[in-house]
Amino acid sequence: MSKSLNIIVLAKQVPDTRNVGKDAMKADGTINRAALPAIFNPEDLNALEQALKLKEMYPGSKVTLLTMGPARAAEIVREGLYRGADGGVVLSDRAFAGSDTLATSYAISAAIRKMGNYDIIIGGRQAIDGDTAQVGPQVAEKLGLPQVTYAEDIIGVENGKVIVKRRIESGVETVSCPLPMMVTVNGSAAACRPRNAKALQKYKYAAVPSEVAADEKKKAFIEERPYLEIGEWNASTVDADLSQCGLAGSPTKVKSIENVVFTAKEARQVENTDAELEALVQELIANHTIG
Amino acid sequence: MANFYTDNPALKHHLQHPLMEKIVALKERDFADASKYDYAPQDFADAMDSYDRVLEVVGEICGDTIAENAEDVDHQGPHVENGRVVYADGTKRNLDACRKAGLMGMAMPRRLGGLNFPITPYIMAADIVSRADAGFENLWGLQDCAETIYEFADEDQKQRYIPRVCEGETMSMDLTEPDAGSDLQSVMLKASQKEDGSWVLNGVKRFITNGDSDIHLVLARSEEGSKDGRGLSMFIYDKRNGGVTVRRIENKMGIKGSPTCELVFKDAPAELCGSRRLGLIKYVMALMNGARLGIAAQSVGISEVAYREALAYAKDRKQFGKAIIEFPAVAEILSVMKAKLDASRSLLYACARYVDIYKAYDDIAKERSLTPEEKQEAKKYSRLADAFTPLAKGLGSEFCNQNAYDCIQIHGGSGFMKDYACERVYRDARITSIYEGTTQLQVVAAIRHVTTGTYLDQIHAYQEAQVCAEDEGMKNTLAFMAQQYADAVQAVTGVKNPQYMDFMARRLVEMAGYIIMGYLMLEDTQREASFRRSLHVFVNWAQAEVAKHADFIGNFRPEEIENYLY
Repeated sequence: MSKSLNIIVLAKQVPDTRNVGKDAMKADGTINRAALPAIFNPEDLNALEQALKLKEMYPGSKVTLLTMGPARAAEIVREGLYRGADGGVVLSDRAFAGSDTLATSYAISAAIRKMGNYDIIIGGRQAIDGDTAQVGPQVAEKLGLPQVTYAEDIIGVENGKVIVKRRIESGVETVSCPLPMMVTVNGSAAACRPRNAKALQKYKYAAVPSEVAADEKKKAFIEERPYLEIGEWNASTVDADLSQCGLAGSPTKVKSIENVVFTAKEARQVENTDAELEALVQELIANHTIG
Repeated sequence: MANFYTDNPALKHHLQHPLMEKIVALKERDFADASKYDYAPQDFADAMDSYDRVLEVVGEICGDTIAENAEDVDHQGPHVENGRVVYADGTKRNLDACRKAGLMGMAMPRRLGGLNFPITPYIMAADIVSRADAGFENLWGLQDCAETIYEFADEDQKQRYIPRVCEGETMSMDLTEPDAGSDLQSVMLKASQKEDGSWVLNGVKRFITNGDSDIHLVLARSEEGSKDGRGLSMFIYDKRNGGVTVRRIENKMGIKGSPTCELVFKDAPAELCGSRRLGLIKYVMALMNGARLGIAAQSVGISEVAYREALAYAKDRKQFGKAIIEFPAVAEILSVMKAKLDASRSLLYACARYVDIYKAYDDIAKERSLTPEEKQEAKKYSRLADAFTPLAKGLGSEFCNQNAYDCIQIHGGSGFMKDYACERVYRDARITSIYEGTTQLQVVAAIRHVTTGTYLDQIHAYQEAQVCAEDEGMKNTLAFMAQQYADAVQAVTGVKNPQYMDFMARRLVEMAGYIIMGYLMLEDTQREASFRRSLHVFVNWAQAEVAKHADFIGNFRPEEIENYLY
């Protein structure tokens, strides 16, 4: 019987880039967030499932979500609560606006330090808006933690080490890693469990303070039920150095954005004979299109 | 990424019926649980919001998981290993999703671990699940059996069994035997009482849906030497105690994911549920009414998928240079399918609401005595539920079969191949008009409401309701059909021959059912104009059916009946 674990799940609210319509981009080449519904980043849901599975395996474990974004990102924490997480924090400050991955991982690692007392930090491999896959590893580096990337299954904890199956180019490998540690989870891992009917009814009014600031009735309702209050932290709560936050802390500068429209440049007819097809396959292997 | 709740606006329409306010108030006892349970609603709006959100979860699981697994489950099916059932892999995944989502024991009270949902949203979940996979609905829907434990078992039994169901353990109702199908009075499975007062069961049960479940309700003969239904009692068998093995599972035409078992009871320990001798005459009757409503929901869910599959194919399939939906002959089939679907769904939820009200009163009556007004109301709705259940099950399952047939027809030759979902839907649909009482037995249950006037009274009540000017003509047509029905009832009862009444019963019950569905859709149209199209198509169809029956009855000479008897 292993001890209970303190697990932090990093999750991001992202525009649903999988259902892109014609008005998904603004004229200046940036994302038109109004046209795309905000969703729980898919691989962060895979990460959450791993955390909830560990919670079941090691009774007494605690799963806390951490998300950075505007107050409406509290929806991410609620979604986690509906599925079995114990609580969450929204890291929200105008000072974080315009963060690249370096500034983001700085802010998140500051928040994790503030939370303290963690065993495993789990995040999705990458977000579907930026597709960088950098934030998880950077957080681990900033906290000085060992990390396992591309995880497909966190098998369990044995003798203080976490056993993780990870997806690599040529197959899968199983590795062990000492606690505390960081894992980033691949989309090929188990899908996240559904929302639970009781938890959904229990937590549907959970909110960060700024969401209910203007509604005295809701505020009072949450005050009577402390489990409904979602943490809302800003730069000063996590003792962040403002020069490392947001645009100021982001060495990445976007020079210009270009819309790339794929067009067919050449077409070639191949006869349906074994010889011709064989030649085509060889050619495609040679120029690394396939294989 | 499909959601079978949010993609179907008809569901929300029925969930938001005005009668829900009364139902929720009764079910929630003016929201007394709010201070005791963190997931209990604060008020009516809060409760409705919870139903809506939970149904959205049901819709998501059904669209993303259960429907996706349906084909594999149909191919793989369950099997028996060492006297135990092993579900198909997809079935296991479906059950896991439903358990994690907490969708078991939905209608059970919170003190026993349930969600305390009224029957209406619970039945809506059954409707949605059936659209995804009718066979899985049987496993999931057997949580209904907990209702029987809740209504008739003692408090200790409720405390021991119901929380287990809410946690996800499955149930079965073990009624049928090789020589006792529709005729349950012939049940032989023997219950013997030992000297210490405990009971053991011995014998064989057949055609038991999910027969290797965790908790069984078993109908058995407790009174030695008795021959009829009055010698039968209800027992609870707990699989943890052992004593029951699965001898085989049936190779069925449809709902193949749902294991239909032959069970052997060998000194299987069991507990008496409720009082001796009331097994069949009271408890099974209650159990069956719940189960019939479940099959009515299953029928509507199958009708829904049949319509959707047919519609999608008709839009996609091109012949003679255009999509086949553009041909009037095809479009008419689809319109009638949609009308039957909408009509059977309106009837289903009308029935569910009646069940909700009388059951809530029954439950309140356990806590305090009802006022005379409440008693009167409980009686009224109990009677309506009793009258509407066989209509919803009987006619709903026939419509479901007709829609499955038409779905294949729209697919043409491809529909006859195993390549499209429609052939599975067609096979799955077939059982709905057979189990939990065939359509013929639903007619037997419904006919007394023809003769005692329950249906006609209700039709007259519908006639009182105001409709918008545009629908006055429709209302007049329905009134005309109602008169044809009333005349036909009088003509048949006037002969004063029970055999003749039996012979005409199906026709009279169908006339009543079609007219009632017409009025319900008229009511739907007042709240939501998009039902108007289906209302017209349905009433055109029903008017012809009612006239056909009226004609048959009017032209028929009672002595002709000899030609129909064997």
